[in-house]
Amino acid sequence: MMNVENRFCQVSGVKVHLRQGGQGRPLLFLHGAGGVMGWSPFFEHLAKGAQVWAPDHPGFGRSDDPGWIKHMPDLAMFYLDFLDQLAPEHGVDVVGHSIGGWLAAEIAVRNSRHVRSLTLMSSAGLRVPGTPMGDIFIWNDEETARHLVFDPAMRAARLAAQPSDEEADVLVRNKFSFAKLAWHPRLFNPDLQKWLHRIQMPTQVIWGDHDGLFPLAYAHHWHQQLPGSSLNIVPDCGHSPINEKPAETAALIHAFIARDAA
Amino acid sequence: MKILNFTLMPYRPMDIAASKQHRSAWVVLPNTFYDPELGAHEYESYIDLLAESETLGFDGVCVNEHHQTAYGLMPAPNLIASALIQRTKRIRIAILGRALPLVGNPIHIAEEFAMLDNMSRGRIIAGFVRGIGAEYHSTAVNPFYSHERFHEAHDLIVKAWTTPGPFPWEGEHYNLNYVNLWPRVYQQPHPPVWVPSQGSIETIEWAADPSRRYPFLVTFSAREAVVRNLTAYRDQCRQFGYEADPGQLGWAAPVYVADTEEKAQNEARVAIEALFNDFLTLPPEMLLPPGYTSAQSLKKIIATKKAIGRGGFGPGNASRQTLERLMELGTVLVGTPKTVLAQIEKVREQTQLGNFVAMLQFGTLNNELTRRNQAMFASEVMPHLQAL
Repeated sequence: MMNVENRFCQVSGVKVHLRQGGQGRPLLFLHGAGGVMGWSPFFEHLAKGAQVWAPDHPGFGRSDDPGWIKHMPDLAMFYLDFLDQLAPEHGVDVVGHSIGGWLAAEIAVRNSRHVRSLTLMSSAGLRVPGTPMGDIFIWNDEETARHLVFDPAMRAARLAAQPSDEEADVLVRNKFSFAKLAWHPRLFNPDLQKWLHRIQMPTQVIWGDHDGLFPLAYAHHWHQQLPGSSLNIVPDCGHSPINEKPAETAALIHAFIARDAA
Repeated sequence: MKILNFTLMPYRPMDIAASKQHRSAWVVLPNTFYDPELGAHEYESYIDLLAESETLGFDGVCVNEHHQTAYGLMPAPNLIASALIQRTKRIRIAILGRALPLVGNPIHIAEEFAMLDNMSRGRIIAGFVRGIGAEYHSTAVNPFYSHERFHEAHDLIVKAWTTPGPFPWEGEHYNLNYVNLWPRVYQQPHPPVWVPSQGSIETIEWAADPSRRYPFLVTFSAREAVVRNLTAYRDQCRQFGYEADPGQLGWAAPVYVADTEEKAQNEARVAIEALFNDFLTLPPEMLLPPGYTSAQSLKKIIATKKAIGRGGFGPGNASRQTLERLMELGTVLVGTPKTVLAQIEKVREQTQLGNFVAMLQFGTLNNELTRRNQAMFASEVMPHLQAL
């Protein structure tokens, strides 16, 4: 296990919990609705080729929950402040998963000064008309596991997990903040698509081939909306390539960043 | 005491066995289960039954709002209230209530209540609720902002009723240049506002505030919870430095009376069990969307799941509630007029409640039994309560 630094920083009056580890180009990982529940194998792999920054979004994990962040555009503006304050001179590679992907795109259309490259993984943020996404808010735990996780053993492990008291607090916080950001319009911003042409930096789209929340049509839609993007479909994988295929997913990100560096 | 008659207007012809293939009678139950011909008959029956309350001597009738469910056919309760205004002369019409956070512009609610208040010459009671969790799924309104929207909508409606217009509203969720109600409300300063709730300390504190003193109506709760919540309300009033008026305390419960205990139970059983097990089927994901309730309550649910080792309350998981169990808990009152009266009197002694809302039609209870139940309750139970 490599050395991971857990620290708090103050951005725009918000105390943010930040994990940092690894060597290489700085990489900002924007987590999905479940938050970051620890330095997982994905981060271990990723940190072998990048200096990983994994903050808890305001309202999630151990970060503050300021009342003024009311929706995803507010959160994106907050992260522009975050990057202004903390990003190194050449910027960061941004990787976002699920609502973190949505957030990454909202940041990039607003101001890409600090964004060297963009990786959108199983990303929320757009709607594909005629292809409904799953209703993650109405699913029970078993249905959620079935839709999000492809591997039966991982699914069973997810269902058997017994959160500690502290973890249960974080789960509930994350759930509340998730609803705040994504309940309506459900998991997308109707205004985002018309501004996607502002995303000019190298971009890749990563998707599990068995994502039961955002079907594959969503991957192709993102890919089409972002000319020049690359598309990687991860086989035998659900909504979280970072959990189900950590090594492969980290390798895709490393290769993509290496291409940009070359 | 004041006694009001209430029905949820459930869709009784529902094919209950077939409905079990769906996770709930709410949100996702296909509306192909609804037959318009049978449904039209339901509306006619229910309006007739409620309208008869006036000659039976009730103090009022109640309607309420629920969306996209077989549990209740009143997504727009004011339409039923309007019909009842035309069918009655004397009694109160209580709309318990309108779900304030679910509308885009609360002025619509202020206007409709003002119309009903004029049309009834001041007979309406305006209930304010948040809607239940499932309705945040069916309307897509964000439950995270449910409390905020409720409070802002309430403040806006009451101001619209009591302050000469036009005035602007500069709010967080609602922004209006011109608030100027036509018509104004008939009752002064405004129609009574009731707060039906299953009871949370925040709601009790808010309703009991000396600036409001809104009657609090405990619905669908076990006797122990009714007493606990009404006592909490009374204590809260004392903390605010005043004594609660009995009219500030209410209880709503299903009631069935017949000549013998056995007959009452036999006639009520199927209908009561349908209400609690078939119409009121709500998995926690529907009942408690994030933000609808406090973080603590949601955490408790997660802890409960952990304790009982299951991942949800999907179809087939929940155990059926029997009539006996519901009677034992005091959630429903079923028996002879004497025993039912004794149960209500007992709660009254403990709480000094001044309003009792009798749900005399519930679940699949048919017109004939409902009519008999209403008549017997009205002649053998109600006069004793009204005399208290």
